[in-house]
Amino acid sequence: MNERDKTHWLTRASTIKKLWWGFSIVLALTVLAQIVVYVKGYFIVDGWFGFGALYGFICCLLMVLFAKALGVLLKRPNNYYAEKDDDA
Amino acid sequence: MPDLISPALIMVVAALAIGPARGHLRNLIVLLAPLLTLWAVWQVPDGVQDTVRFLSYEIEPVEGSPLRRLFATIFALMAFVGGLYAFRLAKWYELAAAYFYAAGAIGVSFAGDLISLFVYWELMALFSTIVVWSGGTAASRAAGIRYAILHLLGGVVLKVGIEGVVVSTGSIQITPMLAEDFNSWMILCGILINAAAPPLSAWLADAYPESSPTGSVFLSAFTTKTAVLALILLFPGEKVLIGVGLFMVMYGIIYALLENDIRRILAYSVVNQVGFMVCAVGIGTQLAINGAAAHAFAHIIYKALLFMSAGVVIYRTGKNRCTELGGLFQTMPITTICCIIGALSISSFPLTSGFTTKSLISQAAANDGLMWVYMLLTAASAGVFLHAGIKFPWFVFFQKDSGLRPKDAPWNMALAMILFSALCLLLGIFPEWLYQFLPYSMDYQAYTPGKVVFYLQLLLFSGLAFFLLLPLMKRTETISLDVDWLWRVGIPRLNRYLANAMVPLKDLGVRMNSASRNLLGYMTSNYLGKPQTADSEERALFARSWPIGTTALWIAILLSAYVFIYYI
Repeated sequence: MNERDKTHWLTRASTIKKLWWGFSIVLALTVLAQIVVYVKGYFIVDGWFGFGALYGFICCLLMVLFAKALGVLLKRPNNYYAEKDDDA
Repeated sequence: MPDLISPALIMVVAALAIGPARGHLRNLIVLLAPLLTLWAVWQVPDGVQDTVRFLSYEIEPVEGSPLRRLFATIFALMAFVGGLYAFRLAKWYELAAAYFYAAGAIGVSFAGDLISLFVYWELMALFSTIVVWSGGTAASRAAGIRYAILHLLGGVVLKVGIEGVVVSTGSIQITPMLAEDFNSWMILCGILINAAAPPLSAWLADAYPESSPTGSVFLSAFTTKTAVLALILLFPGEKVLIGVGLFMVMYGIIYALLENDIRRILAYSVVNQVGFMVCAVGIGTQLAINGAAAHAFAHIIYKALLFMSAGVVIYRTGKNRCTELGGLFQTMPITTICCIIGALSISSFPLTSGFTTKSLISQAAANDGLMWVYMLLTAASAGVFLHAGIKFPWFVFFQKDSGLRPKDAPWNMALAMILFSALCLLLGIFPEWLYQFLPYSMDYQAYTPGKVVFYLQLLLFSGLAFFLLLPLMKRTETISLDVDWLWRVGIPRLNRYLANAMVPLKDLGVRMNSASRNLLGYMTSNYLGKPQTADSEERALFARSWPIGTTALWIAILLSAYVFIYYI
């Protein structure tokens, strides 16, 4: 097996860098598209420039943080119930 | 008479035949029966087909309507593709149970009265339990028992409601109602238990991931979606459902984000997606009902597709946790691509079925001026992309190289996934194919440039959030406590606690018991005598012989006392 087969092209650092660049350009384009495309706002705010982008990002941020905080309370080791069943 | 035969009975016959049949004949039955059912579904005209008298009730086993046919169609289609996916791997009893289960779902779809609905409902509960048990592990047996208890409980609640409605109205007709008295609340609660609504939603994420890789594909499709159909038939416009649905949507996302087990991520995302439908039924307008029905149709396809890809991974690697997987895309290209199509569909990405169906629900909320509902549903759409759209494929097929190099899916599993992937894309590109079969006609443009730009912004920036927050999303070897903690740990613990608390009371009881026994023993031996007394010994007080004179004297005294008291 030669070096090329060992690392799949998708996992190479250079590819990942390119993917980030490509992804960033697409992100920018989706926001800039709003210059030419009219986005209908049903409740005014959702028609603001870049609202979808900001709203999506912030909601995800909040959900991840909330899940993380809740995880402190709710997470248990994998064998949690198995041990409990033995107790019973 | 033929009018009384529900298309579901074809599946029942097939399920009965799967056991005795062998080899190619069994495969033929598994693959042909759902197609035959699909044909039969489309032979059912609108309206009640016939009635049969049972006791004093008019039973209507088959009632057709566009909505009912739509659900029966997707259930039959699901049984076919599920059968194709499973027939080489699944045990015969799992296949038979799955076909009975599908028969129950199709039966519910056409049930014209509450009694038929209940019978098919319980058929589903029984045979879905067997599908869970077919997982064949100790964990699946335990989860199956918990699943059965909860569904039988749900069945009892539903039955109480049905009995109440029958007694108070004298009718067993399925007619729209609102939850405004005890009976209708009971029916609503019974249905919501099957829809995995709070607070008893944990059964889904508890049981589905314990079934076999093929079993979970069937499980993901029928129970919750028949509950959605029942809600559409019985409770359209019931406002409580908006709140319940929104809760389910958020609950599904948060728990899926915490999860490490790949099928449990999908199980929580079932709750999340059913939440969209429940919310839509709560909004209750024609557009919303269309949205609920269309979304249920599309959801069954992409969720089964996702469970299929998870099933292939578990079948090929024997591993089911994100922490153990990763990098599988290198040797499983078909499974990876199908999974990504399913993931994009569930995230309602443009050109997939999720976009053309879920947007109906958001549009219905917007048209009704329900700003908070619309905003929360939009936030949830972003959240779905986060937990199912990216997280699931990323952790299973990409993230790190786990070193696993499994083979791709066997041909039948691959074919099943490709069929459903194609449907996800076709319904996304040609939404009118599905729209024409919805219960209400509507004038709706799925694709407007503004809508596409808005959703692309929303979803792609959610994707950005995922990759920026990746360090926070690192999977841990954990499970998350859910409501089922109450009956798996809470109640046994309370039981033990109460038993311990009773110990001092028990001691007191033991002491009092022995004291009272001593006292009684003393009194009997003193007054009545010991069991055996020798003739020579003097007997106890009441056991002696007494002279007649003493007895007469005492009688005289007692009689005098009686006469005296009587005159006072």
